[in-house]
Order: sequence, then C-alpha cells, then structure tokens
Amino acid sequence: MSGRIDVSKTYKLYVGGAFPRSESGRTYTPAGAPGVNVCRASRKDLRDAVVAARGAFGGWARRDAYNRGQILYRLAEMLETRKAALAAELVAGGSVADHAEALREVEATVDLCVWHAGLADKLNPLLGSQTDASGPFFVFSTVEPTGVIGVVAPERPALLGLCALLLPVLVSGNVAIALCSESSPLAGLALGEVCASSDVPAGVVALLSGHRAELLAELAKHRAIDGLLLAAGDAAADAEAARLAADSVKRVRRCTLSAAGYAEPAAVRRLDWVEPFVEVKTLWHPVSAR
Amino acid sequence: MTDATDRSPAPRLSFGGAWSYDPAPEASDWVDRRDRRGLFIAGAFTAPAGGVWFDSLNPATGAPLAAVAQADASDVDRAVAAARAAAPGWRALPGEHRARYLFRIARLLQERARELAILESLDGGKPIRESRDVDLPLVAAHFFHHAGWADKLELAFPGRAVEPYGVVGQVIPWNFPLLMAAWKLAPALCCGNTVVLKPAETSSLTALALCEILQQAELPPGVVNVVTGDGRVGAALVRHPDVDKVAFTGSTEVGKEIQRAVAGTGKGLTLELGGKAAHLVFEDAALDSAVEGVVRGIFFNQGHVCCAGSRLLLQESIAEPFLAALRRRVERIRVGDPLDKNTDMGAIHSAAQLARIEELVADARAHGAEVWQPDCALPGDGNWFPPTVVTRLGHVDRLMREEVFGPVLAVATFRHPDEAVDKANDTAYGLSAGIWTDKGSRILDLAGRIRAGVVWNNTFNRFDPGAAFGGMRESGFGREGGRAGLSAYVRSAGGLAAP
Repeated sequence: MSGRIDVSKTYKLYVGGAFPRSESGRTYTPAGAPGVNVCRASRKDLRDAVVAARGAFGGWARRDAYNRGQILYRLAEMLETRKAALAAELVAGGSVADHAEALREVEATVDLCVWHAGLADKLNPLLGSQTDASGPFFVFSTVEPTGVIGVVAPERPALLGLCALLLPVLVSGNVAIALCSESSPLAGLALGEVCASSDVPAGVVALLSGHRAELLAELAKHRAIDGLLLAAGDAAADAEAARLAADSVKRVRRCTLSAAGYAEPAAVRRLDWVEPFVEVKTLWHPVSAR
Repeated sequence: MTDATDRSPAPRLSFGGAWSYDPAPEASDWVDRRDRRGLFIAGAFTAPAGGVWFDSLNPATGAPLAAVAQADASDVDRAVAAARAAAPGWRALPGEHRARYLFRIARLLQERARELAILESLDGGKPIRESRDVDLPLVAAHFFHHAGWADKLELAFPGRAVEPYGVVGQVIPWNFPLLMAAWKLAPALCCGNTVVLKPAETSSLTALALCEILQQAELPPGVVNVVTGDGRVGAALVRHPDVDKVAFTGSTEVGKEIQRAVAGTGKGLTLELGGKAAHLVFEDAALDSAVEGVVRGIFFNQGHVCCAGSRLLLQESIAEPFLAALRRRVERIRVGDPLDKNTDMGAIHSAAQLARIEELVADARAHGAEVWQPDCALPGDGNWFPPTVVTRLGHVDRLMREEVFGPVLAVATFRHPDEAVDKANDTAYGLSAGIWTDKGSRILDLAGRIRAGVVWNNTFNRFDPGAAFGGMRESGFGREGGRAGLSAYVRSAGGLAAP
C-alpha cells in the first residue's frame, strides 16, 4: 500500500455551540450521499436544542444591532474562506452536480450574508416609527425579535436555501433551530463549523439533520418555539404543522420559492421576510409634566 | 414629586347620605334603534335566510333593545359573494377615490357621534362618558387617519409593490363594538380589500347603524357586508373558501381555533387576543397619578378590555400606602346607569360574562385571597359587579394567570426591577404593560425587557389610530394602527406565504 489515505469527517449535529451525536444513537444515509452516515436527530435532540436556544435568546436579542451585524459579517468572512470546502460538501452531499455550480451557490450565500450583516442596524429605521398622536404623548414603535424560530430548509439548494431562511430570522435577534436538507445535509451541517468559528454565540443557531416527517410536528408543537419558517414541503404535512402551531399561537410562514428561485438575489434579499418574525412594540409617555 | 410614604392621608370628607348626585341621564328617546334591521349584504339590509331573529339586550336592565338577524351558512355565502363581486372594482379605484369614501365616512361618524355613543352605551353597558369621549372620537379618527393612507401606500411600503388580499373576513368582540369595527374596516378598505364583518352576538346594533352611514357615504355595494349572529356565523366566515384573509379580535381560545381552521389554506391571518397586563408601580412614581392610572387601567369599560392592567405589581416599600390610596379612590367610583353622565362604571356586558367574573373571584376567595370591594350600591336589574381589588394571591392563582375581562384587579409586590420584569413576563400573554416611575432610563430598560406589544409609561389605556397596537406571544400577531397596521392588509409577490 502506498499513497495517502483520506481522513473523512463524521457529520454531527450542532446544538448549543457543541457538536453532539444524536442522543438516540440513530443515523441515516442521506439520499444524496449514499456513503455517508449522518445523525438522525430525535425529538429529544430537538428539545435539547430548544433549551439551548432559549438560553441564548436574551443575549443575542439584546446585543447592539451593530454588533449583530458585525457577527453576521464575520460569518460571511468565515464562509468565504471555506468556500472550496463547502462547495466540495455540496457536491459530496449530492445536491449539486459540479464544483463550479457549488461554488456559485456558496458565493451567493456569502453575498446574502453580507447583505444581512448590513441590514441588522437598519430594522428600526425601516420598520419602527414615531406616531403623531393626538394629545400630549410621545409615542414610538420599535421592533424586536420574536424569540426562538424553527426553520426548515429546502431540500435544494442545500446551503443557500438554509441560509436564505436562517438569516432573515437571525438578523433581528431571533435564535433559530434549523432542520437541514434531509437528502443533502452535509453542507448545512458544515455551517455549524462556520458558526462556531465566527463569534455567533452558542445556542443562537442549532442545526439538525434527520427526517423532516419525524421532526416537523415536534417543531410545530413545542411551546417554547415562537415561530416557524418552512420551505414548502409536502402540503398536507405543512398544513398539519401549521395546525399544531396554533396551540401556541406561533407565527408561521411558508417559503414557496423553487430550488432555482433562491439563486436570484432579489428573491432572497427581502425586508418583508424579516417582518413576520419581529414584534412591534409601541411605547407611550406623557409629554407634559402636569 | 408626590410621596405617599411620608404623608398622612388627606382628611376624608363624609356627608353620609345627606348629599347625593341627581340622576343626569343622557336623553336617548331620539335615537333610532330600529328593530330587525337585518343583515347588510351588497349595500342593502336583508332578512336572514332562515328567518331567525334574536334579541339584543340592554345589559343595564335586561330589557330587549332590538331583534337582530341570525345568519346561517347561506347568508355568509351571499355576503362573501357580494364582497367578491365588489373586490375588482374597489381595488381598481384610484387610492384617492377610496380615500374620499373613507373621509366621508369619518365625517358622517362625527356628525352622528352622539347618536352612536348612546346606542353603544344602551347595547353594550359602557358609561356614556366613555362611549362619547373615547370610543366615538377614536372611531372617526380611525377612518380619517386611514383615509389619508389610501393614496399613499407606495410611500408606506417603499421598494415593493403591494396589493390587497381581496376579500377579508373580520370577526370582532363585544367590548368596543363600533371601535373594533373601525379598527378592522378602515385599514382593510384603505388598502383596497372588501370585507365581510361579523360583530359579536351581543353587540351588533352600532355596526348595523354604521352600515346606514356607509349607505349615506354611497360606498359601493358589497365593499362592506355585515353578518350577525352567534359564534357559528364567525366560524362559517373564517372557514369560507372564498375568504382570502381573516382578522380576529377576541379570546385566545377562539383565536387558536381560528388559527387551526385557516392552517393549510394559505389565508392571511392576524389575531388580537387576550391579555393579563402587568401594571408596575415603583416607589419613585408620582403616586397620585399612578393611582389614577391604575384605576383607568382596570376599571375603564368595566375591565372589559383585552389590554386592561389587570395585574398590579407594587414595589414593596410603597405597597401598603398605595393600596390604601387606591381603595380610597375606588370608593369614589360611581357604578350605575350607563347613560348617566356621572357614571364611572356601567353594567357588565352580559349575564354570561358576569357569571365568569363571579366564578373567578369566588375561586380566589376559596383559595385564601383577600377580596376587597367598596361599599357601593348596585342597581337591581341587569348585570352588575363592583370594582374589586384582590390581594394575597400566589403567582399560580387563576386571578393572576387568567384573563378575567372584568373590573377585578389582582395585586402582587416586587422588590427589585429584575423581579418586576420576571413577574411581568410570567404569563402566556403579551399584549400590554404599564410602568410608573420617575426615572426615564428605568422606563426604557424595563419597557425593552417586558414582552408586550404596547407599553404605557406614566399613563395607561391610550390609543391612537397612528400607534401600532397588538400582542406578542399568545396575545396574537399582527398590529392595528399606523404603518404596521397597514401591512396586515397587503401582500406582495415574492413575500413569505401564509401557511
């Protein structure tokens, strides 16, 4: 025997800033990467992720928006330096045919991340307001994040699609628990390594791989999850998730872009994708000292 | 600064029964409360298909005021069809023309404000002072404010083309019948939607009177339709396949049912649900003003207010003197004839609501809470409940957690601002909150940390058509008022879809 033997990577979940295996010990072989075992996250893994996310929410939400923007920019920097590796993971994950196309997807992801980095401190200027109230009151409305948001990535594009749904949630100060593409989870799971090395606080992003059909209902039901952003999947399953989400009055939205649609920058750089997961808060104070 | 801690209470004047207020009733004989107006569909009043009518009662006397139509599924079909037929024409109108209709409606409402205020107090039980001075001015202001938006939507949403949903189904509660109709109708119409509105079963009269105003304003037929009746009508409306968006104000329980019902249909949805607002008073607050604010916060509209300040949290150092001052103030609240101009608190809206309030207060009493009520005479007939202050409650007691929707104030204390925030947020709701302190930085810090859509600081229960109103958490989603409220009635190509 001669030559070098490659070191292959074990893909694990990303929860609370760490990389655990599924507590269930279960794995599955994604359709796009028949030679790879990835964790098949359990409902318990998801609940663990919620605990970590809830713990991280206050700190992320109350950071200066400028600081959140810098961290998202750092995320873009880390993505940029890992372009080749992520592209290789997209190809290995079976969601993209060739390396050049994969590279374009990673670059689009970096660009989108930079766009959001610059948006973080524009949300109150754009979505907040002051009211010309009748009477001696100073009245203004601010926006703040909703809380813990469950994000379900589209099957493809595995990385750009995941980030296109994650970033509008994170930018305002929400924390997210994301299900990666079931058929091609490798690049999505690798995003955890990028987050871990880019000042994104532990718990702000959780990345799970597993069966959408198994985890979606738990995501919808969990009372400590405040919102749900689903890449459109099976219509009946999505409808059932929306029904379950009603028990805790979750904010629920569905992204109906086609796989090709995510590649169009204008389709994913949208302020109105941020709006469903912010809460408008109106403050009143008397002006007169009478 | 007023400091009640080192001040003896003001001398209490008592004249026994020597002096009392003469009745000062607002004349109501001139108000048209026409029997059997019917449903309002395609610009005309029409009888319900099933021929069923029920009485709307005066909650202050129990006497029937007028018979109201009980719509059935076929009536809802007719109303939705009328709204659908009117939709293309209404959305195609230049915004400026839609604005003209809304301005007209606002002016007509101002002209007929007193008549509508009297009708509101008769049908709902709220004091004429409130319906005249709060509800009706806000109703007109809401139409006037949104009239001005109708031709400025491209300014409200720069960078994206917005369009109306189409047909909107709106279901509103009984606590502010006409005001809720205005909150729902004005933004929907201004954005180019047509509407089917379902008023609450027990408070339809002013919504039907509003339909006459819409006729006077020559609003095109079908742009607004009103179907009356019990909960089945609302259920049929929100489930109707030809409704594009649902807006609901009411209980969290029914809100969840509606969210379940529209899940999977792609219908837009906004919900303004219940609340259990924390009302914080710090030791440095202007305490006399705070007493007034707390009274306004919980006894306004008999406490039938989703954003009522129903959980009073007092800083421990001032709890006793504050409660003493509050009790003295509450003893002066006049409960009685809603049409009397001196009345502070009117009738409980319905026998069912009275039973719920009584049940919750009895439960608190049974669990060892201290229930205090002033010695106040209540009228014999009708539905009445005195202003009530309850202390010695645990945080798991129902009065601390459940919305009472009545004049019942639950009281607890805190020592440190962080504890105040924890207690304020110890609820599934998140509609409103109140903070009384003289320290500006503390207000901004606490208001940022309390999870509520509206935070009143050194004031309470203030409303304005330009100020966003709505809840976080299980108090619902979507806002009413201002630019944020408009976004509940438009959508854009490429936006995230309703599930």
